[in-house]
Amino acid sequence: MPISTKKSSIADATSPEAGEEICVPVRSDNDLVNARHEGRRLAESLGFSSSETTLVATAISELARNIVNYALRGEIVLRRVDRHARRGITVIARDEGPGIANVKLAMQEGYSTSGGLGLGLPGVRRIMDEFEIETEPGRGTTVTVSKWRQ
Amino acid sequence: MAVPILKQSPYLIATIQSALSDADLLSLRDSLTEQVGRFRSRGVIVDVTALDVLDSFASRTLRDISYMVRLRGAETVIVGIQPEVAFAMVQLGVTLKDVATALDLEEGLAYLDKKKLNSGRD
Repeated sequence: MPISTKKSSIADATSPEAGEEICVPVRSDNDLVNARHEGRRLAESLGFSSSETTLVATAISELARNIVNYALRGEIVLRRVDRHARRGITVIARDEGPGIANVKLAMQEGYSTSGGLGLGLPGVRRIMDEFEIETEPGRGTTVTVSKWRQ
Repeated sequence: MAVPILKQSPYLIATIQSALSDADLLSLRDSLTEQVGRFRSRGVIVDVTALDVLDSFASRTLRDISYMVRLRGAETVIVGIQPEVAFAMVQLGVTLKDVATALDLEEGLAYLDKKKLNSGRD
């Protein structure tokens, strides 16, 4: 069942001239470094402050690690978005892994099925401005987050 | 990329020089824990100045290093966490509870020197 914690339509958010998207395949923990690097580069090119850039890179790292840990493979898609004269970045973490059986639990601080700190998803929701998760057991998970330039 | 570990008696100094994969971080953890015994080190400094992201995994590994080194009888201090990295860690919810931190290498060395004096092991 698709569950979204915040409504936002990505199709509407992306103006045509906002242009290209960057797709980073995620298959091992080495790819996390690359995904973070691409996110940082995009954020910097859009004029994000150093703090905001670090938040975006941190969120990408958490989402990409979830892919490696739970789904083994997937991708991180980075998009520039312009909406109502605001500029931002959308990060889409997509996999065709096992899905999340209980999203409510997964969003809970300190809950983890992998022995981690359980900060990943709730932490990402805190550091980004918009957060949406769609998951279906057996079909995969897509997490879409956005950060607006201040 | 492996992190070079410098032995500066009685301390070990690990200076992270570029972004690390999870595997690199775990291997740093294991090397430090092992070398504390091999060199009978009293303290460990992990310099993270070059890291532009400390996510939940990296934070947990730094915490594990500190705990494991303590169980081996030595002290760890993490130095060089950058301002924007500190901000992101707090936003993310990472606290690094019970892990010693210092501004930079110099402060880290001063911290360990003080610890050593107080411990009365010398």
